[in-house]
Amino acid sequence: MHIRNPRDFWAGAIYLALPIVVIWIGRDYPLGTRARMGPGYFPTVLGAVLAIFGVVSIGRSFIRAGEPISALAWRPLIFVLGSTVLFGLLLERMGILIALACLIVVSALASRNSRLDATSVAALIGLVAFCVIVFVKGLGVPMPLIGTWLGG
Amino acid sequence: MDMLANLALGFQTAMSLSNLLYCLMGVFLGTAVGVLPGIGPIATIAMLLPITFGLPPVSALIMLSGIYYGAQYGGSTTAILINLPGESASVVTALDGYRMARQGKAGLALATAAIGSFIAGTVATLLVALFAPPLAEVALRFGPAEYFSLMVLGLVASIVLASGSLLHAMAMVVVGLALGLVGTDVNSGIARYSFGFPQLADGIGFVVIAMGMFGLAEIVSNLEHEATRSAAITRVKGLLPSREDWGKIIGPIVRGTVLGSALGILPGGGAILASFASYSLEKKLSKTPEEFGRGAIAGVAGPESANNAGAQTSFIPMLTLGIPANPVMALMIGALMIQGIQPGPTIITEQATLFWGVVVSMWIGNVFLLILNLPLIGLWVRMITVPYHLLYPAIVVFCAIGVFSISNTTFDVYLMALFGLLGYVLTKLGCEPTPLLLAFILGPPMEEHLRRAMVLSEGRVDVLLREPLSAILLAIAALLLASVLLPAIRKKRDETFVSEG
Repeated sequence: MHIRNPRDFWAGAIYLALPIVVIWIGRDYPLGTRARMGPGYFPTVLGAVLAIFGVVSIGRSFIRAGEPISALAWRPLIFVLGSTVLFGLLLERMGILIALACLIVVSALASRNSRLDATSVAALIGLVAFCVIVFVKGLGVPMPLIGTWLGG
Repeated sequence: MDMLANLALGFQTAMSLSNLLYCLMGVFLGTAVGVLPGIGPIATIAMLLPITFGLPPVSALIMLSGIYYGAQYGGSTTAILINLPGESASVVTALDGYRMARQGKAGLALATAAIGSFIAGTVATLLVALFAPPLAEVALRFGPAEYFSLMVLGLVASIVLASGSLLHAMAMVVVGLALGLVGTDVNSGIARYSFGFPQLADGIGFVVIAMGMFGLAEIVSNLEHEATRSAAITRVKGLLPSREDWGKIIGPIVRGTVLGSALGILPGGGAILASFASYSLEKKLSKTPEEFGRGAIAGVAGPESANNAGAQTSFIPMLTLGIPANPVMALMIGALMIQGIQPGPTIITEQATLFWGVVVSMWIGNVFLLILNLPLIGLWVRMITVPYHLLYPAIVVFCAIGVFSISNTTFDVYLMALFGLLGYVLTKLGCEPTPLLLAFILGPPMEEHLRRAMVLSEGRVDVLLREPLSAILLAIAALLLASVLLPAIRKKRDETFVSEG
């Protein structure tokens, strides 16, 4: 017996894993009765339904053939998501100017077409300036210009 | 009589200088994101939500709705000129519109799309004004059982409309409902699934999920298939349709408007469904169906009118019931709640200025769009040539700052990245994230209403079927679900989504 539809199989694995987490964490929430549902009632029902979907999906993956999963695009995945995490880490420590510059440069690395030239440098400076003027000065979002690591 | 007074109130509100400006800004931004492939109205509205905090509620809603229907106009421009639908609702426009452009009739195709959208937008605005108030009256009689059943219907509709496997669409709904569990339980005060993070005590922000799954995940997907886009665009000339062309397009425009308006009201409906339905209708009615796919002008006029009408009438369930027909409407509800306004049937009477101001602004916005899209077409054509690799870092920036500014915590930025990952993985597995987002938003009120209904009926589940309105809603949901499971209709559904692919 082998997996004929990897998409169904892995989606089903997610549908099975999630209810395990939901029901395990929710084991302490009072269930209540149907007339007086406690905080644990709805999660338990949802978990059970999702687990059924998981079993069906995994079962189906052995019977019905389907497309293979195309390779993950690691480069955009890592650089795009990584750039936002980096922004989060740097924002309060280094300040918005540096955090934004890092976010832009790292996210730009995700594309094979990105080049370091006059246009992209101008775009970077323009974008940082725009964000500082609109969000920090205009809308008053509390983002420090100079972060705590730099004595701001 | 009442309606005239109400519309007058609406004009008074919408015609104030600042609201005119917000309307213009909304439709301008909407056209821009419609033109730019790789960024849609969901991500844009999510990014702009924080900016609307400081605005009066009516201005905020005027601008945000402008983005939504403006995007329907803009999406058709790229579909026609470079065969690249900027919005999923303009996928069908590309079929015939691009062919027309190749035949040197780009100007005519663009004009047809803009004129059709304008007529449809005008009619749909009137329909919202006519039908929203009586529907709100009905909704005032809704109890918890009816609300619960209505939301079930909305979720079933989103399952039916999702592309790909039904099983996965249903599972996405349950996953969305489960994500909605995170946060403090209203009845008992227990913090559920907060993993010890105080930031999760109020639940996961829906903007965090929307930006992660529709903003970041889409960028990753776009970069995966990134190609050097050809910038060879035909010169646009010959904008105005001739008398003979008018004869060909007026029928499809009228039919598209009617069909689109009807489908827009349905829960789960909106612009995308409307444009597909109109295309198949026109093809069926046409004396020359073989022309479709080879540059039939009716194939542009019908769907373009339908998607704009659908975009506008989908405001009706949002404004009268407080129930979103699609993720964009869910974001609108979020915008209202941030402003301290609870969307629901009372909004029309208690927030009359807001309601009628927004309705009238939609018509004004359509006038702006006609001006923006016909004489200024050159501007948008130039915008298409901006390469994606210069564009997407800016989107990442706006997502990151936008998500941070909602509760001023970097925690949400990390969470957004996590949902970006989840969204990308789910897309890879063939699971569409739209039903998930809708279920996430409907989850908490659904649980609330269910629990309240059960308390009132002392735990009898059949109360959902004994209340006539609730029973009707559930019956429609059951019919809808059964119909997709029927082999014949299922085949048809698969075909529709294949042509979308």
